[in-house]
Amino acid sequence: MLAQLALPIAQGGGPVIPTFNRGSDCVRENRQFCWDWFSSHWSSTFQPRLIEHIELTAIAVGIGFVIAFVAALAAYRWDWAVNPATAVFALLYTIPSLAFFQLMVPFTGLTRLSAEIALVSYTLLILFRNMLTGLREVPPDALEAAQAMGLTRRQTLWRVELPLALPAIMAGIRIATVTTISLATVAAFIGVGGLGEPIFNAIQDGFKTQFIAAGVLAVLLALVTDALLVVLQRVLSPWARTRAA
Amino acid sequence: MGAYEGGLSMHSIIDAFQFIGDNLHFMLTKTLEHLALSGAAIAVALVIAIPLGVTLGHLHKGSFLAINASNIGRALPSLAIISIGIGILGIGFINVMVAMVVLAVPPMLTNAYVAVDGVDPDAVEAARAVGMSPGQVLWTVEIPLAVPLMFAGIRTGAVYVVATATLAAIAGGGGLGDVIVNQASYGTAGVIAGALMVTALAFLVEGLFAVIQRLLTPRALRHEEGPAELLAPVVEAT
Repeated sequence: MLAQLALPIAQGGGPVIPTFNRGSDCVRENRQFCWDWFSSHWSSTFQPRLIEHIELTAIAVGIGFVIAFVAALAAYRWDWAVNPATAVFALLYTIPSLAFFQLMVPFTGLTRLSAEIALVSYTLLILFRNMLTGLREVPPDALEAAQAMGLTRRQTLWRVELPLALPAIMAGIRIATVTTISLATVAAFIGVGGLGEPIFNAIQDGFKTQFIAAGVLAVLLALVTDALLVVLQRVLSPWARTRAA
Repeated sequence: MGAYEGGLSMHSIIDAFQFIGDNLHFMLTKTLEHLALSGAAIAVALVIAIPLGVTLGHLHKGSFLAINASNIGRALPSLAIISIGIGILGIGFINVMVAMVVLAVPPMLTNAYVAVDGVDPDAVEAARAVGMSPGQVLWTVEIPLAVPLMFAGIRTGAVYVVATATLAAIAGGGGLGDVIVNQASYGTAGVIAGALMVTALAFLVEGLFAVIQRLLTPRALRHEEGPAELLAPVVEAT
């Protein structure tokens, strides 16, 4: 596993000629895309990496959501908390992911935990800002009506403010999720699997089919997830039109 | 390169600055590589995205394409795009650059379209009424009024490219990413030094484009940025 940190960097001098002695003509000649290789490696290589990728993403967005939710509620209640929270989340957000993943290794090793800590950190700013914006844009009329009906503060939050903030919150989840899918490909650098793993393998042997298969799968995963979240957003808040964030 | 086993601490950040100081020439070379790669990608993306966005906006056509470009573009995983780029074109500077152009075009295109498309119709009407040709309307009314929003897209795209160029190192593109991925050679200090330089570079590019934007914005449209905007992140996570 440690070898992965000392990853040889491919030089610009031309493709490395792979030494696959087995396999079809297509594989041995490293042609553009070998369907036979892809289909025979689907269940051993690509499907497990795809599932790992989805797990990495789901865990990161899930934990990120909980942290950002608590932070956003606190910031909504106490104004002074907005700037420090934004500053911390923005700072985390600006760390280049390649560096972040590596810097976690001395603390938590070449583990999923290292990857998740970095991935969760990147979701916080996006989720926090969208939640806070959503809560702050709740019309004052709605709040007054809730008060007039005798709702407590907690009831107002759960029955009025959060439902009205839902479109903005969902928009945040959507951006955070596609961002995490993108960053999770880089996480393979510290050996935690996901669709980045075949990409890093391909960098070492220059095998075109692997580059394209892993890249296309990651792109498809991102686009399909994005589309599903748009649908979910519309289902959950039929009264509101999609709001771009 | 010494032992930097402590991981991230105040000490390791001091070490990182020490590393930059000790290897100034090397770090500057890597920074220049980084800027060359980013600059080339930004330039090509501009040449593609701005004329297309401005033309579509001027004609008020193609809104579906122009607006969804950035939605799709935002979803594209950058390493995956670089990977597909290498798979098709092979490893090297030009190919990594092409992949980064793909990532930079969408925000620039969408903003250029929205900026020109959204110019106050009254202003365009007035310009026509005083006898301006469509070309004059475009160059003297629509484009100047569209500059602020158009530049917001260019800034987003440019900063994204500078940050993503870090990943290019994995694919032989050179730049500061070389230092970040080679912990074996440069140690934790090198990783942090590279990360600090990339982040600083992204903020610098952001600032540079903000200044250009301000200079190009017609005086009547200039206004101070609010504190909320200052707190907004300027660097995309990569």
